[in-house]
Parts: sequence; structure tokens; C-alpha cells
Amino acid sequence: MIVELGHYALVLGLALSLAQMVVPMIGLRTNDARMLAVAPSLTVATFLVIAVSFAALTWAYVTSDFSVRNVWANSFSDKPMIFKITGVWGNHEGSMLLWILTLALFGALVAFFGGNLPSRLKAAVLSVQGSVTVAFALFILLTSNPFERLSPPPLEGRDLNPILQDIGLAIHPPLLYLGYVGFSICFSFAVAALIEGRIDAAWARWVRPWTLVSWVFLTAGISMGSYWAYYELGWGGWWFWDPVENASFMPWLIGTALLHSALVMEKREAMKVWTILLAILAFSFSLLGTFLVRSGVLTSVHSFATDPERGLFILMILVFFIGGSLILFALRAGTLRNGGMFHPVSREGALVLNNLFLTTATATVLVGTLYPLLVEAVSGEKISVGAPYFNYTFIPLMIPLLMAVPFGPLLAWKRGNLAAAAERLWLTAAISLVAALAIAWLVYDAPILSAFAYALAFWLIIGSFADVWQKAGFAKNGWSKGWARLKGLPRANWGTALAHAGLGITTLGIVGVTTLEDETVLRMTPGDTTSFAGYDVAFNSLTPGKGPNFTYDKGIFTISRDGRVIGTVEPEKRVYVASRMPTTEAGIQTVGLFSQYYLALGDAVEGSEDIVVRIWWKPWVTLIWYGTVVMVAAGLISLSDRRLRIGAPVAARRRREAALAAAKPEPAE
Amino acid sequence: MTRKQKRFAVIFSALAVLGGAVALVLTGLSEQVTFFRTPTDIVSTANASENDGRLRLGGLVVMGSVETLDDAAVRFAIEDANHAVTVRYAGILPDLFREGQGIVAEGTMQPDGTFRADTVLAKHDETYMPREVADALKEQGAWKGEASAETPASSDY
Repeated sequence: MIVELGHYALVLGLALSLAQMVVPMIGLRTNDARMLAVAPSLTVATFLVIAVSFAALTWAYVTSDFSVRNVWANSFSDKPMIFKITGVWGNHEGSMLLWILTLALFGALVAFFGGNLPSRLKAAVLSVQGSVTVAFALFILLTSNPFERLSPPPLEGRDLNPILQDIGLAIHPPLLYLGYVGFSICFSFAVAALIEGRIDAAWARWVRPWTLVSWVFLTAGISMGSYWAYYELGWGGWWFWDPVENASFMPWLIGTALLHSALVMEKREAMKVWTILLAILAFSFSLLGTFLVRSGVLTSVHSFATDPERGLFILMILVFFIGGSLILFALRAGTLRNGGMFHPVSREGALVLNNLFLTTATATVLVGTLYPLLVEAVSGEKISVGAPYFNYTFIPLMIPLLMAVPFGPLLAWKRGNLAAAAERLWLTAAISLVAALAIAWLVYDAPILSAFAYALAFWLIIGSFADVWQKAGFAKNGWSKGWARLKGLPRANWGTALAHAGLGITTLGIVGVTTLEDETVLRMTPGDTTSFAGYDVAFNSLTPGKGPNFTYDKGIFTISRDGRVIGTVEPEKRVYVASRMPTTEAGIQTVGLFSQYYLALGDAVEGSEDIVVRIWWKPWVTLIWYGTVVMVAAGLISLSDRRLRIGAPVAARRRREAALAAAKPEPAE
Repeated sequence: MTRKQKRFAVIFSALAVLGGAVALVLTGLSEQVTFFRTPTDIVSTANASENDGRLRLGGLVVMGSVETLDDAAVRFAIEDANHAVTVRYAGILPDLFREGQGIVAEGTMQPDGTFRADTVLAKHDETYMPREVADALKEQGAWKGEASAETPASSDY
């Protein structure tokens, strides 16, 4: 009954989103204020019924209702409760339902927080958002219905893919979707602005918080996914340049570019056409990513659910929205007038450079991701484009960008002084170089080129704070006054500095683990001890056991250095009961603050007691994810800046007016 | 700087970056991609240089061919309908690696006619055959369909 209710709610969601799309659009045509005013209520209603639908599916999972095909195919009665819930989006149908729920959620948030938007723009935005909801609701109902029943109901389910039974999966897809789908708001704003034909600095001010929110979630989602792949797949890698990873990375790159170009538009009314285009592209890449992941046209190490027919449907959605918005863009872009002129050496110039490198890098990733499809279609030859290509093209494009980052915030708007900026950064340059040489000297066999990479990472981390340091002016104002000025800085300045520093920390982690990591594969018997990368590893025992829905062989290893025990790791080989699928659980021990010792069990060697063990030494690897944590924190700090807070100016004005009214004496009779 | 010069500076730097990127992409796509080969392609190729560089070798793992060597490396053979190639891999085989199963090994051909893999891919999903392998087997007429997963009687899969 509850399942049917969920199905019904989804159909109702389709009908409501259809109304959300059509009614305000008619209102815009006929200039009917009542039709415009109904848009927010319709949007909230759409969100509520889709939330009911999602809750119904969750209920079916929680109660292990195997008469629902989707639950039967992806759940198991003995599965821990947390994985029953995360199993809701651990499959194609459920994840699409989460997708559309996020889409409706963002619409509802605009309806709720968009009090200060002009009513026409708001109605247009919600209408466009509604059209995307319609497309995906149709997609779910026609090709991927999660509420389909089985008759007679099976007694037991087939269980969720064991790889996905992990807390990482609980968090990764929702975060990723909040980011991915969040760009739909930027898209809706862009299309609405094109329809309305009115684009100014205020538009950028409305769009930037949404871009920032999406960017924060996408950053967190990608980072979480990377860490999940690192510890769960047991391959010791943190990024594979896999098509599915690229699918989320491309919207991130474009979203980052959008974040920067919207800044120019907000402050200087320049780069309008370009910013609108980026807003369209960011969501287009999200759609492309959904298509690549859901259709399975690309062979991917991550592909779980693939189906070409569904791919065709998403391809149609893709063509309609990307094609339609770009045509609209082509028709209207000519009418936009560009604002402020600027000197090439200026804040604007630096942000143009940022956009140039980010979009070019995105293009190389896109080419590499789609090239195998093209080659196969044209010549039938099967090729794969992997890490070698992406490292070869992407890294050279990132190096000049990362080198330029500290300069950006130091340049003035309109016309900057490069020499003065360089003068403020010489100390940073000197410290980074010394630190890099020290590392190269300490690690005597590090390649010379890697010293340059370390210098680049330190340059980024330290140089990011050059701007706030300069604004504090410790040399001029003394410590106490400088400190006070530092605390008084707008949060957006801190956000910029921290986000750039976070990027530097991630870079440092990548450089560290790439240049210094080491690995070995060997045969060990319980009782053996081996020495690797300066640490001793003792294989204590291998014991079988039984988890809730799996059986395992657990190895216990003690890691020590010079007789001092660092820790014990317990890598496992599991076999899941329902699917009879084996998985590997890596054993990871963090050494010091940032490095990790990583152990994975292989197969037992036939005809002996040996078991194959693979050991990695991963120096500084956790910095990769700590850096992204800093970036996320920076985004949140920026978001809390008064100047960005949605509706804050209105509230402040109301308070002022109220205070004025209260202060005014009553006119005497 | 005049307006014209400013515009020139911006356009010039954009072109420089784009030109550099295009050069990188073109050389990258000609040198850094990995070609897919079946054992038959490897054995029957007329020109040995076609087996140079990084390759992806795909096929079925020959039954009974998997053995762990003393240095913990693994040796096994990959076959298609006609030929088999011996693969040596130092690392842990993926969880779903099994004899008789379709896999893809990535690495280079050695002068002695064996294949040295640095990556071995099997699918996460048990019923799924790597797409390249399935296509290659279909072309050779050796396709037997995907191993059927357990489904309840009522299922119309």
C-alpha cells in the first residue's frame, strides 16, 4: 500500500512539476501577476510529493519488502539497517529518485529563500527548474520505475553489491548529487535571464551563493568518492581518471570557473555573456555525467547499473536541454551589453586567465573521456584513454594556473600592478623554494623535478594568505592593530585565502604520494615478518569468521618501527552470502599525521600455507583529502559572508526601517 | 595600452593556451592511448610493431592456468576462440578474477611473446563481462551469453 502511495506520489510530482513549468510561463507571457505568484507554492508542493515518494521507497527498503523488484534486487533481510537505507540509492532506479528529489529540493529552496528576487525572474527560474523536473520524472516513470512489484514475492533478496555496503556510499552519492544537481539552479537562472533578457550585476549576486553551495557539495562529494575508492576497492589508488570520475570532475572544473567569473560580473558587470554560458555549461556537464554513468556507453571500473535504452532517454533529455539552452543563448547573447573595460593585468585579467585554463582543461578531459566512443564509432578500433593521457594533458595546464593563483587576489580591479604583487610574494617564493630543497635533500633519491612540484605546493599554501596578510598590514600597524584588522576582514577574503590554501594542501598530498610512494607484493604465512619502507610488518594470524551477511578471513598484522609498535591492521577477504561475491577490505594504518601504511590481502597460494599480500607505503596521502576539507570549509565561510547571505540586505533594511519608525515620535494630534 | 592592444593581449594569450592544449591533446591521443587486442590479434599480427606500446589484452582466463610464482607474481593465460597468450602480473588479482571468466589485462608485450600486465580488470558486477571482451567474442562467434544470475521463478529477466 505504502509502495503504491509512493508510485502515486511520483506521478503526482510529474503533474505538479508540469504545472510548475507551464503556469508561470503563461504568466510571463500574459503578465498575469497571479500566475507568477503561484510558482513558489507549486515548486514547494512538487518537492513535498517527491519527498513522500522517496520516503515510501525508503520504507520498502527498511521493512525489506521483497515484493518490490527494486528492493529484492538490491537488499537482503540480514543486511545492517544503515545499508538497507543507503541501498535506496545504491542502484539505478533509487539513485534517479534521489536525483529528482535533489532537483525538487533546490527548486523549493529558491522558492523559500528567493524573497528578494523580482517576481518575474523568480517565476521564470522556477518554471525552468520545473521543466527539468518534468523530464526526469518522465524518465523515472517510463524507464526506471523503482516501485515495480514482483508476484509472487520472493522470500529473500539478492543483496546490495558488497562493494557498496560501506559507510562511504552512505554519504558519497547524496553529496555528489547535491553538487551536480545544484548547478541546475544556475542553469535555471541563466535560462530565465535569457528569456527575460535582463542580465546585470544583481543577477550574478543572486546566482553566486547557489554556485557556491553546489561547488561545496560537489567538492565534498568528489573527495568522499575518492577516499571511498581508495580504501574500499583495495587498489591503493585515489584517482583513476575513470570516465565516471571525469563525469563528476568536469562539472567541478566548470563550476569553479563559474564561481570566479560570476565574481567579475558581480563586481564589474563584465564577462556577462561568458558567465551565462558557464552557468549553462556547468549543468550541461552534470547532465552529461548522468548520461555517461547511467547509460554505460563507456567501459568504466565503476559501472554498476547500465542499460542502453535508458541511455537513449537521457541522451534525449541531454540534447533537449543543452541544445535548447545554447540556441536560446545564441539568439540572445548578442543583445547583452558588456560592462567595464579592464587592463589585461588586473583582478579581472587574472580571473579571465583562471577561466581560460579551467575551461581548456575541462575540454581536454572531455576529449579524453569521449574519444574512445568516437574512435569506435568511426573505425571500430577499441581503445582506452587512461591516466597516461590525462596526466600528460591536464597537469601541464594546471601548473601555470596554480603558479598564478597567489597573484590573483593581490591585483587591483581594473588595473593591477604586477611588479608590486611580485614584490609582496618574494618571501613566499623564497620559503617555498627552501622547503622544497629541504625535502629533496632529506629524501635523497627524490627526482629533481619533484622539488619543483613541492615548491609549487608550498607556494600555493603560503601565497594564498599573502592577500589577508597584506590587508592586516602588521609591519605598518603593529601586532595588535594588525590582528584587529585581520579579524575585521570580510569572511569572503578568508574564504578565498583558505580555498586557495586548501588547493595547495591537496596539491602537496598529490605530489608527496606520487613521488614518494612505494609498494611491494609478497607471499606471507602467519608468523612471517617482513620489512618494507622502513617499517616491520608481522603477520600474526589469519582467522575465519562470520559477519551479519558475509563470511570473512581476517588477517592480523602488526606494524612496528625499530621495535616500537605503530599499530595493528586487520585486512579482510569477505564473501557475501546472498550474492556469493568476494570483496577485499584493506587494512590501513595512519603513520604520523598524514602518511598511511596500506595492506591488502590477495588469494591463498595453492599447495602452500602462503597468502599473497600487497603493501603500499603512502606518504602524505591524507593531505589530498584534508585539502578538500579546507576547501569545503572555505566555501562555507564565504557563504556565511553578510554580503552573500541571501535576503540579508532586505532583512537589514527592514530592521533599519522598523528602528526608524519606532524612533519617530508620534505626530501630535 | 590602447583598447585595441588590450584586446590583442587577451586574444593572443587565449590562443596561446588553446594552441598549447590542442598540441597536448593531439600528441596525447596519438601516444598515450591504449589499444584493445585479443589473443588472436596478438598472435596473428603480420607486423610485430603493432604489438608495441601499452595494450589492453582481453579474453577468457584459461581454466587451470593460474599459478602463483615464488616472487608472489601471478601467471595465467588469456584465450579467445583461437589462441592463448601467457600473462604475468605482479599484484593482487581483483576479487572477481576467476578461471573461465572474461577479464582485461593492461600492460606491454614482452620480446618472448608473453604479456606483462600492470593492471588486471574484472568487473565489480558478477554477471557482467567487460564490454570489449564480449564484443570480441561475439565477432569470433564464441559468445555463449552472460552467465545467468539467480533470479526467482517469477522474474521475467
